[in-house]
Amino acid sequence: MSDPANIFAARGSDARLATLAGHPLWQLTLVRFREFAREPEALFWAFVFPVLLALGLGIAFRNRPAETLQVAVVTPELTRALRQEKMLDARQMPAQAAEEALRTGKVALMAAPGPHGSVVYRYDDANPEARTARMLADAAVQRAAGRADPVSSTDRLVREPGSRYIDFLIPGLLGLNLMGSAIWGIGFAIVDARRKRLLKRLIAAPMPRHYYLLSFLFARLGLLVVEVAVLLGFGCLVFGVPLRGSLAALAALCLLGSLSFCALGLLIASRARTIEAASGIMNVVMMPMWIFSGVFFSAQRFPGILQPAIKALPLTAVVDALRVNMLQGGGLARTGPQMGVLAAWLAVCFGLALKLFRWK
Amino acid sequence: MSSPAAGAALRVTHLRKAYKDVVAVDDLDLQVRPAECFGLLGPNGAGKTTTMEICEGLTDPDSGEVELLDMRWSAHAAELRQRLGIQLQDTQLSDKLTVLETVSLFRSFFRRGPRASEVVALVQLEEKGRARVGGLSGGQKQRLALACALVGDPEFLFLDEPTTGLDPQARRQLWDLIERFKQAGRTILLTTHYMDEAERLCERVAIMDHGKAIALGTPRELIASIGVEHMVEFSTGAPAEAIDQSALRRLDGVRDVRLDNGAVRLQVAQLHRAIPALLDELERQGIPLTELRTHSATLEDVFVALTGRRLRDE
Repeated sequence: MSDPANIFAARGSDARLATLAGHPLWQLTLVRFREFAREPEALFWAFVFPVLLALGLGIAFRNRPAETLQVAVVTPELTRALRQEKMLDARQMPAQAAEEALRTGKVALMAAPGPHGSVVYRYDDANPEARTARMLADAAVQRAAGRADPVSSTDRLVREPGSRYIDFLIPGLLGLNLMGSAIWGIGFAIVDARRKRLLKRLIAAPMPRHYYLLSFLFARLGLLVVEVAVLLGFGCLVFGVPLRGSLAALAALCLLGSLSFCALGLLIASRARTIEAASGIMNVVMMPMWIFSGVFFSAQRFPGILQPAIKALPLTAVVDALRVNMLQGGGLARTGPQMGVLAAWLAVCFGLALKLFRWK
Repeated sequence: MSSPAAGAALRVTHLRKAYKDVVAVDDLDLQVRPAECFGLLGPNGAGKTTTMEICEGLTDPDSGEVELLDMRWSAHAAELRQRLGIQLQDTQLSDKLTVLETVSLFRSFFRRGPRASEVVALVQLEEKGRARVGGLSGGQKQRLALACALVGDPEFLFLDEPTTGLDPQARRQLWDLIERFKQAGRTILLTTHYMDEAERLCERVAIMDHGKAIALGTPRELIASIGVEHMVEFSTGAPAEAIDQSALRRLDGVRDVRLDNGAVRLQVAQLHRAIPALLDELERQGIPLTELRTHSATLEDVFVALTGRRLRDE
């Protein structure tokens, strides 16, 4: 390295490196990634929280396999007969133990031999499980004794992926995540930079202002890839959520949705001077969408008079479009109306944000 | 150097800026010559920082003109930004970035200049290159702020209180850096409320008070302008008010007498005549001396002489 004192003497010796690494947009975008990656809380909220939420809700609303009912049986013959019924769990035990198990609710039904080869069922008829157990047990006993059913029947169970609650939920959570990370990520970062007067120092240098705003969008799109992959990968691998539409169309929907939310975040942050003011506006903006946009339950539950307004919300548009793509396999043409709503939000919010942005 | 030798690097005329009820800058005129270091001195609230920020294009004046490197902010903002180095008062940089990342970011904004690593070396932060900004000491942060101001190889450097809050060693390191920059023929506008800093670094200074320049010249000229060469300060066992001040005022070689925090301050032209006369007079009044100090007049004394107040009375 040359003597530092010569730096000033050799004026203008080193033209700006005409490489990507020296480009202000690249440098600003790198700063965004670095600031994000060095904030452990941000990493948690962006990547871990949605997965935990999906996991928790998925467990709570999982389609349980039909549970077996516990039955206490006193003789080996009866036990053999009841074991033919798959929905019953017949346990053989002495009469006294069986009565004890019935009293304490460990079994729903107790089956014991009666006089003249009959069977006595003891159960609480106010308990629906006990009544079901009674019917299943009696049918099994009768069949074991040689009863033939006059009409044959078959069961066809509705459990295929695509119609479960978790299938409804994952696109909703994905939309919610696109909204939250864009609005919080961009809004707080910009207001924080303004509040701490980082922005003032930057604009004292010849920083191209549009690059500053663009760096937030670029960084967001980079993180978006990871966020979407984590949440969708989790949904597909753990819950078998289907991806019936084309992945390219899905990526395009995520991109457009995220950009609209970024523009909304920029608009929210364009004037606010304090974190408190910004988070107040963010809550006002996001709260209606948390409730109305059909993330956790269908937006159809709200009265018809509200439906046009609900459909105009960007989160409703994203979530609806994602569900059409993932669950129904609809192409971009079928999500046209939703994409129109998102494009309108993007254009209006970005235009307003550029006009209103407080640099000083 | 693109600015003509005859012109001023910075010309400020009839500058005025008022906030709600305070006039921060009041009809200010200034000229900074190419390749000089010009100091704005004054107490807090004198309008120094507002003047700087108007010249830096960060604040709009209510009225008046700023001409910088023969350009104006209204017409040549982008070009000016490329040619200025700016250190804000209490510069804020992102705590999560490292020193080298911060300087590289600022380097990317400028068309030309040294490498980021060279500037980091220049401000003696090589060892901290990979350290987070949030973990730096006050002096290291100031040097980093200076690095961000220097990384575009500026023709004109703004330094707003560059050494406030630094320990003496850190201040001297910063002064060395600024002097090296001066030696390369660049122009500096500096604000400070440290008189020793102004006397050491500045060719010319303007003393500001209540938004106006109340004195302008080289430090030597300003000190000479108050007509005294020495200051005598003494304390006595008696309350300062008990002393017959008019008798002190009549002493040989004494120009002025002021009471200051229980001490008495005399402005003196001829020390060798004033001191014996002072001692005789105090003995005559029967007042015992507890402390006696003299020093050569400084810019601080110029400010006191002009305003009757001390620079750093808060």
